[in-house]
Amino acid sequence: MRIDRGRLPALGADPLLRFPEIQRRTLDNGLRVWTIEHHAVPLVSFLVMLSVGASADPDERPGLAAITSDMLDEGCGDLDAMELHDALGRIGGHLDSEIGSDATILTLSSLARHADRASALVADMIVRPRLDATDFHRVRELRLNRLIQLRDLAPALADRAFVRLLYGQHPYGHMPLGTEASLQELTLDEVSRFHRTMFVPSRMFVIAAGDATHDALAAAVERAFGDWRPLAEARQIDHSTWPSPPVVHERLAILHRPGAAQSELRIGHVGAPRQSPDYHALVVLNIILGGQFVSRINMNLREDKGYTYGARTSFDFRLGPGPFVLNASVQSEVTVDAIREALDELYAIRGPRPVTAEELRAGRAALTRGYPRNFETAEQISRGAAQLALYDLPDDYFSTFTPKVLAVDETAVTRVAEQYIDPSQLLTLIVGDREKVVPALPRLNLGEASELVPL
Amino acid sequence: MNIPYSRHTLDNGLDVLVHEDHACPIVAVNLWYHVGSKNETPGRTGFAHLFEHLMFEGSQHYDKGYFQPLQEAGALLNGSTNADRTNYWEVVPTNALELALWMESDRMGFLLPALTDAKFENQREVVLNERRQNYENRPYGFAGMAMMAALYPPDHPYSWMTIGAAEDIRAARLDDVRAFFQTYYRPRNASLALAGDVDTELAIDLATRYFGELEAGDTPPGVQGTALPPQTVERRLLLEDRIELPRLYIVWHSPAIFAEDDAELDLVAEVLASGKTSRLYRSLVYDERMATEIAATQNSRELGGYFQAVATAAPGRTLSELERAISQAIVNFVDQGPNAHEIERCQAQAEANFVYRLQTVGGFGGKSDQLNAYNVFVGDPGFFERDLDRYRRVTAASMQRVARDWLAPERRVLLSVVPRGRRDLALAGSEPVAVS
Repeated sequence: MRIDRGRLPALGADPLLRFPEIQRRTLDNGLRVWTIEHHAVPLVSFLVMLSVGASADPDERPGLAAITSDMLDEGCGDLDAMELHDALGRIGGHLDSEIGSDATILTLSSLARHADRASALVADMIVRPRLDATDFHRVRELRLNRLIQLRDLAPALADRAFVRLLYGQHPYGHMPLGTEASLQELTLDEVSRFHRTMFVPSRMFVIAAGDATHDALAAAVERAFGDWRPLAEARQIDHSTWPSPPVVHERLAILHRPGAAQSELRIGHVGAPRQSPDYHALVVLNIILGGQFVSRINMNLREDKGYTYGARTSFDFRLGPGPFVLNASVQSEVTVDAIREALDELYAIRGPRPVTAEELRAGRAALTRGYPRNFETAEQISRGAAQLALYDLPDDYFSTFTPKVLAVDETAVTRVAEQYIDPSQLLTLIVGDREKVVPALPRLNLGEASELVPL
Repeated sequence: MNIPYSRHTLDNGLDVLVHEDHACPIVAVNLWYHVGSKNETPGRTGFAHLFEHLMFEGSQHYDKGYFQPLQEAGALLNGSTNADRTNYWEVVPTNALELALWMESDRMGFLLPALTDAKFENQREVVLNERRQNYENRPYGFAGMAMMAALYPPDHPYSWMTIGAAEDIRAARLDDVRAFFQTYYRPRNASLALAGDVDTELAIDLATRYFGELEAGDTPPGVQGTALPPQTVERRLLLEDRIELPRLYIVWHSPAIFAEDDAELDLVAEVLASGKTSRLYRSLVYDERMATEIAATQNSRELGGYFQAVATAAPGRTLSELERAISQAIVNFVDQGPNAHEIERCQAQAEANFVYRLQTVGGFGGKSDQLNAYNVFVGDPGFFERDLDRYRRVTAASMQRVARDWLAPERRVLLSVVPRGRRDLALAGSEPVAVS
């Protein structure tokens, strides 16, 4: 049968996705243990999610949470750092740790036949890190050196300056890595205390997934973590006492990088929390606005104008309202034109050029039909589950995602665009060559640009 | 572990590889064209990659961009170009497989009628911005270009990087695009792998229907200028950049991909610099604190590989300290080889890395991309077990031998990247190079 190139083939019915079953248990010490069977490859992974992130840094100690998590694999239990990493190597281990604003996540994957050993090593790192002085000084020095190197990296400069402009002294106003001043003063005692009072079973989830039964996975976790009795009273984190992010008065800021080949742009303001009832509508709004290749922003700035290799928007959903940001790196000479186009798109979707029925249909379809991709590997599934744990989302969250996205209509998208994109609060940051950019800035009508110094 | 597959070669020469994995209702479509920046000529560098961009701008029977129908069908898609090959992939829900094949076959067969000057000019700008973003505006961004130019003679196709020279990208013409397409974008120069929730018979039937009608075309010409004069004296170069901490690159020529000694050198790199227990991390970063980071890699490619060690100096430390420490570590390795412990660990890690790589059906990497790599580079999509065997049969003696044979001091190129105006921080006797 010859094919018809006159039209695209029909898709047929969407395939049925069976969501992985999560079994939930709680150990006597309060640790939550979730297990997920996944038998595709002979691997297991243990993901530890601690709902303590960089936002728990004391005001004068940005970087404390991150350096504490960095110390976990510098020796633990009976093993010094080298012995620990040797042990990880022998089980084919893959260790990954990351820290965000709201959480610290440590993941160890290994060959399934080493599940018990992997679980024991994870527990040693979390519960019994050595926190040795020599290791601490080396790790702190490496972090200070990292800060020095980031001075040359335009995206890092932009990210750091932007969260500071948006959040000021709010707990989201700094990067997890912290600042030079803070790292210089930080002591091992502070790290020990942070570990003692923050790393407690009651605010921790262990998500074990992979090629083993629920019972076997849970037993491995219980053997490793069951005896854990926290030594100290947990320090409470009370989000309700957080200050409000500052009201932005300046609309335009520039950070001068002489001779920069491009301008690194950030445009945005404080967005919405993960628990927002408008979550699904905002996800639909974002995918149409700047969340995928065919979004308005990318099609305009890249595919129509050729100003950039790519432009994106994102709502960073967190416990508190995270940032809503448009980011792009654009050719220096067209900086102002690119900002104008970007701002026009942000304004237009609020009403002047609201989402069309066609855009809505395509955006919702991209989200819902693409959803199965998130459930391919054990680690992906664990990461998804960790989001449920961190943000206290309902058990049926995965299976209700598609119907909730499909229920978002044009009115809802326009409403959340109006509500969550506020032209009077949008702040534009340019990290680039002042000489090439400043002469054209008046065309933006955003007032005087404030000049920043690198943090 | 294995990847069971079926291979079916269409009359026009297109290889179709199918691997069934029904765990998740998705299918990976992965299409390799055996063309990359090594098929370019001096003066037209960067062209294979620029061409890749044009493949996403629409084809004769669907001329509204490549992404729209696929993203709306729930696909994730992208492409990439390197020196040896160009790949295109979609990961689609099971019900969009036919759509993906329709789209891929249309651009393989009917790209040129939809090509316009406007698209070409637009993507030229996009690529120039990609170059600015990923090379010109990035610390140490020019090091790779300086190193490749030093390692290969100027007419050797590995002497330039895939992104190419800005002036060459500006010099490209629409006629070049037509000729390139007709020469290289042919079924017989391509390999299509489908992996995931699909029935083999149906997959082959669909691939035959969509791609079978396309003309085979001529066999593309071979790659020119691949002669490599032997290097007999060490070379030292320096590059000034907008950076704070000086960095040292040490590079040697090494075996081609899947060639003899390739796997051994991979594991030598692992023992030297992968993870905290590796020799160089331990001495340079952990004990002596003279470096902020260290990496070593065996970069194996079709016409020949390069082995590279890279270290960044901690504040107040010098590149010559780094050079001495790295050279000493290599001398020690050549003298004594790895110990039993190191062999056991790097082989366990190598085996685990195989499994990690094959967790997904596709994307950048995954089973579909691996099937194509084996098919295009060794002509055997089922090379998986033999590939793994290369690592299993490595011994202390063989690792010691390859380190001695390939990592000789007189055959290395040393590149010092230093802050602007601080040539004094480069290794003694380094010759300045200019890259833009």
